[in-house]
Amino acid sequence: MLDITNLHATVAGKPILNGVSLHVPAGEVHAIMGPNGSGKSTLAYLLAGRPGYEATEGGATFDGRDLLAMEAHERAAAGLFLGFQYPVEIPGISYLQFLRESLNSQRRARAEEELSAAEFIKLAKAQAQLLGMDTEMLKRPVNVGFSGGEKKRAEMVQMGIMSPRFAVLDETDSGLDIDALKAVGAGINRIMRAPDKGVLLITHYQRLLDYVEPDKVHVLYRGEIVRSGGPELSHELERQGYAEAAA
Amino acid sequence: MTAPFPTHRQEEWRYADLEALKPVWEQFAEPVTMTVAAGESLEEVWLPSADDVQLRRIQVALGKAAKARIFALNTAPVYGRIELEVSLEEGAEFELFGANIGAGLSTNEIVTNVKHVGIGGRSRQTVRSVLNGKAIGSYLGKVEVARGAQRTDAEQSVKAMLLDRGATANCKPELEIFADDVKCAHGASVGELDAMQLFYAESRGLDPAGARSLLLEGFVMGLWDSASDGDAIRDAAREALRKVVA
Repeated sequence: MLDITNLHATVAGKPILNGVSLHVPAGEVHAIMGPNGSGKSTLAYLLAGRPGYEATEGGATFDGRDLLAMEAHERAAAGLFLGFQYPVEIPGISYLQFLRESLNSQRRARAEEELSAAEFIKLAKAQAQLLGMDTEMLKRPVNVGFSGGEKKRAEMVQMGIMSPRFAVLDETDSGLDIDALKAVGAGINRIMRAPDKGVLLITHYQRLLDYVEPDKVHVLYRGEIVRSGGPELSHELERQGYAEAAA
Repeated sequence: MTAPFPTHRQEEWRYADLEALKPVWEQFAEPVTMTVAAGESLEEVWLPSADDVQLRRIQVALGKAAKARIFALNTAPVYGRIELEVSLEEGAEFELFGANIGAGLSTNEIVTNVKHVGIGGRSRQTVRSVLNGKAIGSYLGKVEVARGAQRTDAEQSVKAMLLDRGATANCKPELEIFADDVKCAHGASVGELDAMQLFYAESRGLDPAGARSLLLEGFVMGLWDSASDGDAIRDAAREALRKVVA
């Protein structure tokens, strides 16, 4: 599904990724753990196509297609979703309008029929309710006035509405209290646990992995994957810290 | 007798397209007067027409504790001018939400003179411009606070988005204050679309053109949020943006 091979990247002239290789097959959830500055968010942005983040060597394919050659919106239409660490505010545009236009743009790109306003509202309300988000918030401007936890929950509602084939979730657990963490974890399992879907879960901490059990855990340290293992590796990291595990 | 034809030397006509104004001047030489009696409220929505040259020259007199709220969309193909002279008596409130949306060689301007005459008046002016091609969009806003008009609270917020290097935004807030206990704030910015907002929208599947027009819509549409019947101006603004972005 997602294949990353010897990926090198610099941001603003500074090398951040120094040869990352990773294979996430369909049906699996992989976690990437690592300290601040290890390159986790750079990897996420690179996969999603943020301008200014470019590979200097190596590459990534998604279902065999050259991911890095695609524009951000083409990656979304191909089924890739990035859950933002810091969801962006867009004043003046309601969540309903933003997501309906986004989803229909994806559907047009895939030559699928667009959803009517009524169909979309039904879908959006259902997903909001499943994630415990007040459906009235969908009428508010995108993320404006949302708390940190509400923004992260809203990211998961977006994921539920888009129903992507692959999700890169960048510290979706940060800023969440225990109840929200549970809801978000359950949401990830419900939306993304399927034989034809995959997830790359980027996190600092073990706690989200209590709710979303990964098939594999990778340690990213100074721009390289220094260790890979099963779910037990995250517990080891929690006990020992990254420096020791990376050594 | 018709009022003398303006010149660029007059500050309030500095950026005007006088050539376009000339043939229609007689029609607009005298401002229209509106009065809002003490305690009364007025809400106006000013929609654009299809004419090449569109002018509104309005004088509004607000009595004690009177309120006026004006929503105005200025998007003439050649020259559009919305000119407002407002006087506020004690406790009066005035709000203007205006947009200049222009493309090609058009000039659109919003020119205001808000006179706080009585104490405790409040004025809010919010103007957003979206300009493409070689369009010019201007806001000239003068606020006068008379000697006795203590506790005046006046605010001007002006932002412009330039979609082309050839486009020009002029913004000139001007304060003339003769009272000592007043609050007069103004903020202005000229910018481009936010790169992170664009990426966020594109990461959700909007193509670059779709993402740009959505963000521009957000930039302008926030103006009409408090309109009690804002559907017409919303539709007109969307239509104007579509033309300007295309």
